[in-house]
Amino acid sequence: MELVCPAGTPAALRAAVDAGAHSVYCGFANETNARNFPGLNFSVPELAAATDYAHARGAKVLVAINTFPRAGAEALWHKAVADAEACGADAVILADLGVMAHAARFHPNLRRHMSVQAGAANADVINFHAAQFGIARVVLPRVLSIPEIAAINRETTVETETFVFGGLCVMEEGRCSLSSYATGKSPNMNGVCSPASHVRYVEEEGMLVSRLGPYTIHRVGRSDPAPYPTLCKGCFSAGGKTGHVFEDPASLDAAELIPMLAKAGVSALKIEGRQRSRSYVAAVVRSFRAALEALEAGRPILTGTLDHVSEGGKATTGAYRKTWR
Amino acid sequence: MKITVGPIQFFWSAERFADFYAELAAEPCIDRVVLGELVCSKRLPFLHDAIATAVELLRGAGKEVVLTSPALVTLKRERAQLAGLASTWPQIEVNDLTMLAHLPAGTPFSVGPMVNIYSDGTLSWLAARGARRICLPPELPQEAVAHLCGVAAGLNVEIEQWAFGRLPLAISGRCYHARLHGRAKDNCQFVCGEDPDGLTVATVDGVGFLAMNGVQTVSDAYAMYAPRIAEFAGMGVGSLRLSPQTGDFVAVCRLFHACARGEMTADEVGREISALFPDRALLDRFTAAAEI
Repeated sequence: MELVCPAGTPAALRAAVDAGAHSVYCGFANETNARNFPGLNFSVPELAAATDYAHARGAKVLVAINTFPRAGAEALWHKAVADAEACGADAVILADLGVMAHAARFHPNLRRHMSVQAGAANADVINFHAAQFGIARVVLPRVLSIPEIAAINRETTVETETFVFGGLCVMEEGRCSLSSYATGKSPNMNGVCSPASHVRYVEEEGMLVSRLGPYTIHRVGRSDPAPYPTLCKGCFSAGGKTGHVFEDPASLDAAELIPMLAKAGVSALKIEGRQRSRSYVAAVVRSFRAALEALEAGRPILTGTLDHVSEGGKATTGAYRKTWR
Repeated sequence: MKITVGPIQFFWSAERFADFYAELAAEPCIDRVVLGELVCSKRLPFLHDAIATAVELLRGAGKEVVLTSPALVTLKRERAQLAGLASTWPQIEVNDLTMLAHLPAGTPFSVGPMVNIYSDGTLSWLAARGARRICLPPELPQEAVAHLCGVAAGLNVEIEQWAFGRLPLAISGRCYHARLHGRAKDNCQFVCGEDPDGLTVATVDGVGFLAMNGVQTVSDAYAMYAPRIAEFAGMGVGSLRLSPQTGDFVAVCRLFHACARGEMTADEVGREISALFPDRALLDRFTAAAEI
């Protein structure tokens, strides 16, 4: 299986490649990609240089152009596709149907992957996109269990890529406008979710309160660690109960499930975290590369080695284990 | 401007469902009704017969009747359901692109608010494929709606705009109603049916924020866009989508209809709707951030 690793900066890209990434994914420094954070991402010359670095070491570069174009401003997204091809990228990762149609028509030789943001959750919709736009690989939404992934692979020849580590969306990706509702900024339109620009930490009556836009997301004791106010991991009240109504603040760690994902026919494993530091990226990539080598050699996979870097120190296997059902 | 009633997002009993559509059938101001199960395929067996009855009743009353495809399709039975939809009814609203796999190219269809249409290329591609009517995603900013209305006009596609009801914000594989009640999704015991308008999710300060509706998350506040009807008309919006909530929904339809025809001012409509839903926060635009 191919290990697909995040690179928010040229330095992180080099760190990922050096740590054993088979592929790295990255984006341009603008609203065309879903990690449009200040200080992150690549200029066109940086991407060209990074691609040369990766190729010289046998690694591939995948360029995420995975937001939905602003009405009337599609030229920016089309340019991103053209620039990715000119830089020698091995594939583009696309979410928007119009951008897929454009890429298929004007860049037929550039390999096209379907982003998780496209929300393709069954074999019919994947095969439809393959027939219409020549999609070679799909990144599956994190709402699927392993048996569901296996069922998809039985019915499609399109390669599948699944997330194994990092931040965890509990809503179907590309179809969540919670952040947009609370802050006016969304993953689909702006490439941000629960953006730091709208986060405030305030002290109230001896408690530390974190707010996103006007809404309180967490309220903890002053000496307790305050989690980042990611909207869907917040603490809310409903039906007389108070707690993490949608999801606990935990991140995904599916290392122990790698053998099952392999058996389910998954082609590539993806690590989330383009916003993370290069030392984080190096540690996670090294750990997962070792896991893949253990799998190939028939050795058991060491798990729990990355607990210290998980969100809130807690990890979950997400929907894969089917406990949500 | 036409008045379209969108599919009921919540899990209503077959009886409430039947009564609701009987009332709509008798109401002349409603042009088009989109119905069927949008959110959770587990609800469908309870409503299957009521949907068929409502379709006949509404069609008999001269309404344009459109069946919605489900918003998230993962299971085999859900995929089979789509194939069945395509073969049983000529007018389908696509709310997940999976549905397109079952509609031969050129078959006319509608597109619902759960499909990501943000720009010209996607709109044009769908129009070429057969889209005749598009209800845009509610999060689209006003300038994007105006731009896309222009694009749609050149392609003979009608644009519909969300105008009333709890806003659809997210869909998940996980059921939040089941989670709240400590149940697995497969053993949910249809607890979402206890909340026919969804269940408010408030911040720990007690501020209403979101509402859960099984696997769907919607806004706690009701969209109430009557103040923007003139603006929509100016952009070329052809239809207003009113999303069902409990209470006197036919009155809501009449008020929007009267406002669209200039027979009532937006202020008058606002006052009437506030009186119909005294406990609900009303929003005149998508982002709640500025309202609190």
